[in-house]
Amino acid sequence: MHSVTKATLARIGRWCVNVNRFTGARIIYRGVACTAEHGDRENELYDVIISGGGMVGTAMACSLGLDPNLEGKKILLLEAGNKKVMEKVPDAYSTRVSSISTGSATILTGVGAWDHIMNMRYKPYQKMQVWDACSDALITFDKENLQDEMAYIVENDIIVAALTKQLENLSDHVRVQYKSKVVKYTWPKSHQVEDSIPWVQVTLANGQTLQTKLLIGADGPNSMVRQEAGIPTVKWNYDQSAVVAVLHLSEPTENNVAWQRFLPTGPIAMLPLSDTESSLVWSTSHHHAEELLNLDEESFVDAVNSAFWSNENHSELAETAGSLFRTALSVLMPSAGSTRQLPPSVAGIGPKSRVMFPLGMGHASEYIRHRVALIGDAAHRVHPLAGQGANLGFGDVACLTQVLSQAAFNGKDLGAMQHLLVYETERQRHNLPMMAAIDLMKRLYSTNAAPVVLLRTFGLQATNTLPAIKVCSVSVPPKPTNPKCNTPHRTKRPPQHNASA
Amino acid sequence: MNICRRNMYSKKFGRLMFGLCTRCSTSVVTAATISTSHRTAVRLTSVCKHRMHFLERRSQIGLEHARVRCSSQTTVDPNEVKRFQLLASKWWNEQGEFAALHSLNDLRVPFIRDNLLNAHGRGQPGKPLAELRILDVGCGGGLLTEPLGRLGACVLGIDPVADSIGIAEVHAWHDPDVRDNVRYRSITLEELSEKGGQGAGQFDAVVASEVVEHLAQLETFALCCNQVLKPGGSLFITTINKTRLSYALAIVAAEEVLHIVPRGTHDWDKFVCPVELERLLESRESVFSPPLYLRATPILCLTRLLGRQSLKMVSTWTQSGVCCTTLCQGPGSGRKTPASTTRCML
Repeated sequence: MHSVTKATLARIGRWCVNVNRFTGARIIYRGVACTAEHGDRENELYDVIISGGGMVGTAMACSLGLDPNLEGKKILLLEAGNKKVMEKVPDAYSTRVSSISTGSATILTGVGAWDHIMNMRYKPYQKMQVWDACSDALITFDKENLQDEMAYIVENDIIVAALTKQLENLSDHVRVQYKSKVVKYTWPKSHQVEDSIPWVQVTLANGQTLQTKLLIGADGPNSMVRQEAGIPTVKWNYDQSAVVAVLHLSEPTENNVAWQRFLPTGPIAMLPLSDTESSLVWSTSHHHAEELLNLDEESFVDAVNSAFWSNENHSELAETAGSLFRTALSVLMPSAGSTRQLPPSVAGIGPKSRVMFPLGMGHASEYIRHRVALIGDAAHRVHPLAGQGANLGFGDVACLTQVLSQAAFNGKDLGAMQHLLVYETERQRHNLPMMAAIDLMKRLYSTNAAPVVLLRTFGLQATNTLPAIKVCSVSVPPKPTNPKCNTPHRTKRPPQHNASA
Repeated sequence: MNICRRNMYSKKFGRLMFGLCTRCSTSVVTAATISTSHRTAVRLTSVCKHRMHFLERRSQIGLEHARVRCSSQTTVDPNEVKRFQLLASKWWNEQGEFAALHSLNDLRVPFIRDNLLNAHGRGQPGKPLAELRILDVGCGGGLLTEPLGRLGACVLGIDPVADSIGIAEVHAWHDPDVRDNVRYRSITLEELSEKGGQGAGQFDAVVASEVVEHLAQLETFALCCNQVLKPGGSLFITTINKTRLSYALAIVAAEEVLHIVPRGTHDWDKFVCPVELERLLESRESVFSPPLYLRATPILCLTRLLGRQSLKMVSTWTQSGVCCTTLCQGPGSGRKTPASTTRCML
């Protein structure tokens, strides 16, 4: 792995040298050009620059590039890494996967990437079972008939590759600059003052300076855009790390259930990848995560199995109270509730697939500034326990596209605060309750204190029996709550049709 | 962290309040508009008196400046530019004195755009108003001129106040999308529409946003609009309605209580209610329009002649005291076409 890194560095180094030489030539050219006319400065003025070409940033680029109202706008996507082309889907599954809700799938369909994903690799699941390690309390989520998909597990690499592919088709509308690292952002004053450039200036590592009317920060949880803009962030680290791995099941199953068990140390989840493989996301203490990483494969598999199966954390009190409560509920509502299913057992793990990373929660108190907007993890970072990180990001994409499309159709300056505020309000109203719920859930299940265990046991059981609440709680994540904002723009009629109709 | 969060909430709260202010009290919004175009409009109408003064001034600063700027940027006197930029910071600060006016664009731009799209039926994606020529009367700092230019229309903004024109030009110059489509001239509508003048019969649409309430001679204004319009062109007028509520909001609240607008900016007696405007245009038509065309077009309830074309008038106003009126000149048939989408404010 080290040798690979070294080779990459060397390549980047060489490339940098080349670029510098090229830039030098261009500077000379520009000097000549300046004397002749006003200069080619304005050629570098973009309407929108998206910083960060991850899942959310690339989706944003596709989404903007497809919007009819934004036709003719100059859009640029900046990505520090290489172009992620996937000629052929690799045999081995990647450890970094996302749960894509049906809402996000609609958004990805809207930007034309879902077809590519379906051609590559994805796994729908119909049911989710969540249960507690301290009691028998469990809750299952599913669609009424088990035919409909509840959500999909897709590898992050596949999503990026699909979006990149789609972006290639949009090369007329969106420019992409790979291997371009931003070193500096220069912000404009909120209104024009003397001798100032009213746009955001983006300085790249190769010395190039770009200007943009709107900068969209999609550069992840440690967003440089957010930091440079000085946007205050409320954040804390959970004392947890997530261990991820690809699990081989002991025998092929239908594998259409996502499993999650709340252990006192953190939730462990098994997400279906194929009939024989699942993805593991095990959130646990840093210390334990390191231990897990250092275990040999066999012991690691044992640890995973016992985490799903063992009853060592069962508290008798909670169990008794839980079963009494369950009996009472079943008397009241005999038909409701669902039966416990058992998770498949694990036989092995993918070679070298174990990785760990620290978990935290963060929320930017502002998603926007004058000529700046944050989307995805740059604006909000959540615990993976609900599998909502990517979905919140795609929701941002749909909302911001809608807002910018409308702004363009109203002849507005795309970077103006006025409409960006609409985006911020809309998304914070959606994201904050979700983040609060996830955080609360994390806290609720991080303890085995009797009262809390009892409370959550009752809560989980009661919720499981009441279909109405369940439907609400499960439909909040995948279904767009605000049709105005979350509907992908392509499924909507372009606004000008309304006008000319 | 607490401090950080408190800051966050106070900011949120501030924004919320700001949002409420700008969204709900559209009347106040309009009031702010007037304060800015006050100078403009008063001069616009009292041209007779001050004409000489204006001509002098214009030749000194405005027109020359405008001409210079249109052809090239580099020869502009830097001191002049600085002065305009200082003022520009006021016009174009979205959250400053003109914040309300900026938010008024959310109502008037779609209003103008949709009606023009209805009338002309064109619109390439991204540039719905491409190839249309629009005249923005009393453009001020260009707050309405720029969005129209961004929609692809070729817009001429005129304002007798040379300073405002300077501001508008400096601001538009930065944005290439706007720069190519927008021109400004420090000139009055009367001068533009003079016979043999450059402006006669050129425009697909004339926009007079928040102007008519300051006019002393509406008849002259209507005549001039008619002269600069192409056959089949549209006239857009937005103004404050003349109601008790508009008095309460635009004058008492905005001027006396909240001091958003300097005292004495508004004269409620000069406010025009849509019916009045309508009646005025109807009663004067015989004076302006060639008799031939008068005879040629049937007269319907709200359809009246103004010059060579039939005129359909769609006016909407709400009890809030704000009125949005559009006068669209139809393509000669004189039949009242379905009212364009009306924007209800408040």
